[in-house]
Amino acid sequence: MQQFANPTRFLSLANRALPAIWTLTVILFAIGLYGALVSAPPDYQQGETVRIMFVHVPAAWLAMLVYTVMALASAVAIIFRHPLADVAAKTAAPIGAVFCFLALATGSLWGKPMWGAWWVWDARLTSMFVLFLLYLGYIAIWQAIEEPTRAAMIARIVALVGFINIPIVKFSVDWWNSLHQPASVFRAGGPSIATSMLWPLLVMGLAYSFLFLALHLMSMRSEITARKLRNLRIARSGDA
Amino acid sequence: MKLLLALLRRDIILAARQGGGVGTAVGFFLTVLVLLPIGIGPDQATLQRLAPGVLWITLLLSVLLSADRIFQQDFEDGSLEVMAMAPASLELVALTKAVAHWLSTSLPLSIAAPFLGILLNLRTEIIWPLTLAMVLGSFALSLLAGIGASLTLNLRRGGLLISILVLPLYVPILVFGMSATAGNPELIMPSLLILAAITLTSLVLAPIAAAAALRAYLR
Repeated sequence: MQQFANPTRFLSLANRALPAIWTLTVILFAIGLYGALVSAPPDYQQGETVRIMFVHVPAAWLAMLVYTVMALASAVAIIFRHPLADVAAKTAAPIGAVFCFLALATGSLWGKPMWGAWWVWDARLTSMFVLFLLYLGYIAIWQAIEEPTRAAMIARIVALVGFINIPIVKFSVDWWNSLHQPASVFRAGGPSIATSMLWPLLVMGLAYSFLFLALHLMSMRSEITARKLRNLRIARSGDA
Repeated sequence: MKLLLALLRRDIILAARQGGGVGTAVGFFLTVLVLLPIGIGPDQATLQRLAPGVLWITLLLSVLLSADRIFQQDFEDGSLEVMAMAPASLELVALTKAVAHWLSTSLPLSIAAPFLGILLNLRTEIIWPLTLAMVLGSFALSLLAGIGASLTLNLRRGGLLISILVLPLYVPILVFGMSATAGNPELIMPSLLILAAITLTSLVLAPIAAAAALRAYLR
């Protein structure tokens, strides 16, 4: 991992990898959306509204995955002082917040025809909403503290303390009675969902992951550039 | 140990003499209790149903309101740096200050709250579970408030940021605090045990997080 510690090497690697990642993202979305909107059958109970699942579930997965990435990067920053880890954590947060919002919004659109309510305060929905608040708090810390090294140190703690919410989100449907359906893909005993619906869902999950990877790399690239620019400005004002 | 006891004593005395401590918090509590029946109407049955939740939420907000006091003044007048140089570790200092906040603000409130609940027509048989749950939970509230206060030590808009950072951590306490007082006798004991578990976990983890944040500001 240390060989990626050099931002310049990271940048050249990211520049080379990004076109391939974008291409893969577009292909995966094309396959996934075809599977989700055309080939998957309507549900026998939910009818056509089941197709919301193919945008809702991957967004929720990614919201949790991105927070995990953020917490891991923060841990790496504390333990190994890896210079890119803070950049990775900082730039992941806004993307994760958007995924989280997407999951909440599509879930709300799905909830109206299925449950008869836009929003229900049950465990899964509440813990997901809390996750959204955690993202906002993390972003707010970076905005509120002007000195970058101090902001990084504080943000690491916020990310790690907030990580306690991730297992709560994951297991909320098992621990409490919830209106939200229990886990049907990642569960002991294998997926309980029909193959015709499972494969588009998994492809959409992959597509979302690659979309995140592409956006994250781009965002990290611009963050590194912004830091370089800042250092150059400081150096120049020192000369004058 | 002697050092920490002295610190504890100093913090409690400061909180009591400055008047901004328990007094303000109880005043805030009473304000909410007075405004609530005006806002939702004086119907006794409705108030009775809402009472435990309102008391919990008011407790959370009062603790948040007073959270920035835990470290801010000591940071501003420099005494926090002296404490950081003391032979006791910064984790223990953070723990002591959170305990002082609990003893001076959260604990008195959580004992008084259920009795103030009588104003809201609180059912008498849940006064004891509510008091117990609040005493247990309020310690965790103070410990977590310590994390929030240390994270936002030197920020101008610190108060608002504390709420965003700490409120997610308060949610489990509120959930189990409510289930202890929802009126189902079978749920009281398990909820109290989970509250105790949350408190013990934050007792271990909160000082570590708070001390790490304090170090970032004291560098």
